[in-house]
Amino acid sequence: MASLKWENRISKTIIHVMLIFGSIIMLFPFLWMISTSLKGNESILSDSIEMIPRDQKTTLIDGVERPLYEVSFNNEQKEMVLLRSLNEGMAEFIDPANPDESVVLPLTKQKPVRPMSFHWQNYPDAWNAQPFGRYFLNTIFVASVSVLCQLFFSSLAAYAFAFFRFPFKNAIFIFLLGTMMLPQQALLVPNYVILAKLHWLDTYLALIVPFTASVYSVFFFRQFFLTLPRDLHDAATVDGCSHMGFYFRVLVPLSLPPFLTLGIFSFLGSWNAFIWPLIVTNSTHLRVLQVGLAYFLSDAGTEWGLLMAASTFSIVPLVIGYFFVQKRFVQSQAMTGLKE
Amino acid sequence: MNSTNLKARRRKFKSDRQYFAYLLLLPTLLVITSFHVLPIFYSFALSLFNWDLISQARYVALKNFKILAYDPLFWKSLWNTLYYTILSVPMSIISALTIAILLNNKIKGIDIYRVIYFIPVITSINAVSIVWKLIYHPNFGLLNKLLSLIGIAPQRWLLDPKWAMLSIVVMSVWKGLGYNVIIFLTGLKNIPVHLYEAATVDGAGRWSQFRHITWPLLSPVTFFIFVMSIIGSFQVFAQIYMMTPGGGPMNSTTTVVFYLYKIGFGDFHFGYAAAIAFELFIMIFSLTLIQKLVVEKRVHYQ
Repeated sequence: MASLKWENRISKTIIHVMLIFGSIIMLFPFLWMISTSLKGNESILSDSIEMIPRDQKTTLIDGVERPLYEVSFNNEQKEMVLLRSLNEGMAEFIDPANPDESVVLPLTKQKPVRPMSFHWQNYPDAWNAQPFGRYFLNTIFVASVSVLCQLFFSSLAAYAFAFFRFPFKNAIFIFLLGTMMLPQQALLVPNYVILAKLHWLDTYLALIVPFTASVYSVFFFRQFFLTLPRDLHDAATVDGCSHMGFYFRVLVPLSLPPFLTLGIFSFLGSWNAFIWPLIVTNSTHLRVLQVGLAYFLSDAGTEWGLLMAASTFSIVPLVIGYFFVQKRFVQSQAMTGLKE
Repeated sequence: MNSTNLKARRRKFKSDRQYFAYLLLLPTLLVITSFHVLPIFYSFALSLFNWDLISQARYVALKNFKILAYDPLFWKSLWNTLYYTILSVPMSIISALTIAILLNNKIKGIDIYRVIYFIPVITSINAVSIVWKLIYHPNFGLLNKLLSLIGIAPQRWLLDPKWAMLSIVVMSVWKGLGYNVIIFLTGLKNIPVHLYEAATVDGAGRWSQFRHITWPLLSPVTFFIFVMSIIGSFQVFAQIYMMTPGGGPMNSTTTVVFYLYKIGFGDFHFGYAAAIAFELFIMIFSLTLIQKLVVEKRVHYQ
């Protein structure tokens, strides 16, 4: 009995070790991103792996910034300046307080002086390098409007499917379900041409209108509405409640969970959408965050500190939001994943 | 009050209700039809023309499809997409299933692990692409630094035709892993516990339990993830665009969607791009159809 308990404990420890190893792989890129976002270029381009941002301490000698080293000789430690490298791995160091005295020591045995230094300035620099404020506003605006419209239209359609009888009901429903099989990417070219003909290219309409309908949401709402008692609608309408009155006063208040779940999903989808806004908008003032990041990457290709700062501030709002809703999110992900 | 009047009123009430139902459906039907259904036919129509949107469209019949059949870059992009799929789908399924099984052990902190594994899923692919581009940097990327610690020579990752696609696959698997973990976990939770208890009484080991209980009972879930991952692989774009903007060294990361983007929105050959889109449509549509048919069959079988 005791040995079984031990075996159990050992296997649980092994499981934890493996899961923690996996968690490190999952999280490390984000930690590295944050760490790099606070580093200066010198530190980013160096060979060392430093989680905490540090900078090489330097001193001005003869008009040149020279690196300081923690040098040990004659059994004492001293901060000295690296003057020049010599042959065979040796280097000449001088005391900044006493520049005439120099010592020659093996370079690899000395430690460079690297105090902690956080480059907070990377954040405002990145924010101002592109109109990221505008990008955020655009993203929030487009996501909010398309999600609200989508929830409204989809719940209306689901209302019809769940509470009304009308000719061709099943045919229309199957037709809608069938459209779920059509891949978005294959529709880029024709949709682009359609928008061009409508003169909608490079407008908010192009970013919003195509996403105001979602068969998936209709289906999800319908499934939920079908769990409500059918008599509810008849009773309400007999009592003189209009159809829209029933929708607003009875159906919506009863269906807050699916509204919330679908709202979160669609918002996330809209926030992270890329290829569509990339092709249908051109002007800077219409650009959404993801497209802005792409432009920033090609403009500031080597400014890794700034790029990491931009990645960080574009991820952080979502991660914070995710922590608030994670329970609902993870559950419904699993549910929807299987029902699709 | 006479009965015909009542009948007429009832009929009117009924038809009012019907019209109202159509009204409720109208916005969704309108948007879906204009942006999802008609474009499929329009796409085929466009593919019969040579057109840059500005000058007069020129009818060329099926010429675009003929050119496509002999376009080495199209075949290359098809192969790259297939290569991406072959690498990423098993990698993702095996790692997601392993993590899900580990998480399904009634251990402490399962909620924390779930949150952690799910974080990459919610973050935007564009931002994490930038992060991984730095990690893969040939001169000062984290990956080469870590490899040098264990004595492995630095590679040029995204700049090397041999490694570029694999690098993108690893990053994409990392990004999407949490989603599959959650779905597998739900599937695992649906397997009745008493089956494992019975197997333990019969003296079956962990591996044998996995072979004879977990794997067969999980197969519908695995199949679902398998097909969804393949469909997802055929639509890969953002990470390619961000990490290898030119389509990779020697076009080694040019996927079908990236090629379509380049032809359509880089070169403005809309007819030719529509032909590529049509081929893509046929491929994904057949995959979806196969999935639906197999799943339907399974449901009937049960």
